[in-house]
Amino acid sequence: MSTAPQRARGQGRLRYVYAVTRAGFRPREGLSGVAGAPVHTVTEDGLAALVSPVPAADFEEEALHAHLEDLAWLEQTARAHRSVVDTAAASVSLLPLRLATVYRDEQGVRQALAARTEHFACALAAVDGRTEWGVKAYAEDRAEGAADPDNSPMDSATSAPEAGSGRDFLRRRLARRQARERAQQHADDLARMAHEALDRFAERSRLHRPQDARLSGLPGRNVLNGAYLVPREETGAFTGLVGELADRCADAGVRIELTGPWAPYSFTRPPEPVEPDPAEPEGAEPE
Amino acid sequence: MSIVPQDPLAERQIALVDLLDRLLAGGAVIVGDITLRIAEVDLVRIDLRALISSVGEDVPSPFQELTP
Repeated sequence: MSTAPQRARGQGRLRYVYAVTRAGFRPREGLSGVAGAPVHTVTEDGLAALVSPVPAADFEEEALHAHLEDLAWLEQTARAHRSVVDTAAASVSLLPLRLATVYRDEQGVRQALAARTEHFACALAAVDGRTEWGVKAYAEDRAEGAADPDNSPMDSATSAPEAGSGRDFLRRRLARRQARERAQQHADDLARMAHEALDRFAERSRLHRPQDARLSGLPGRNVLNGAYLVPREETGAFTGLVGELADRCADAGVRIELTGPWAPYSFTRPPEPVEPDPAEPEGAEPE
Repeated sequence: MSIVPQDPLAERQIALVDLLDRLLAGGAVIVGDITLRIAEVDLVRIDLRALISSVGEDVPSPFQELTP
């Protein structure tokens, strides 16, 4: 009489964790997660994790690796994750978890909470009553006209129609390059100024990597990709400041965009950690 | 210039890149069960690789060494 091999690959269900909040929170009836299953809470030590079952066949390590390189799957999962987080964040303070944090069972989730109660409590206190805003700045490519004949690869001094114009051509090209470099420098300076102003206003800030234009599909060079944590009651003042900065930057060809409000994805660590949390997976410590 | 806050429930308005900035580079990192653990570097790589390959075949992958 053998028991079924419960840990057989691809069988059964795993637990996908979306966020950590304080115990006592109940997700609204009918809230469903990444695989369409209902979201519930697993509580431990005053904390609650928002969890839903997911099929092991899709979330075992190997399958997950493959899925994460499938853009359609990645997008669907990311949007479902965000939907759960945002729905809950509308009524409670929470710490969103990174995409695809998965445990074998609820016991694993409870252990994860128990191992970091103080860490999560501090981090939760630091996001209470606050929301995250994203501010991005893009430098328009003013000096880089696609129709610029001198940028054409076919163009060279030998094809110049006028004799003796090779030097003029080089001089013009140098001047254009210098103008472009000055414009880029100016855009960088403006982005830094905008970030400093937003950073002073916000309680906390964090810089994300600039986005590749090929990924965002947006025109211009992304010179600022910042996240700012702002008390809810200061939302109006913050968006007003963003508007002012946008006006100041627009003349110089720098476009400012605001996204949000976001749940505090970029601020899930306690502020000013005095010492590294040994439970953080920097060294990939197993549980 | 979009300085009007987005409706938090207007799902389609949120650009996937902005979402992935937060879900892959942000979010609390806790170690899942051992066999499911994915290193941070893997996620960032996946993020770029999936997105870039979706942009077009002509865009070379920056992670050629991954392809067997």
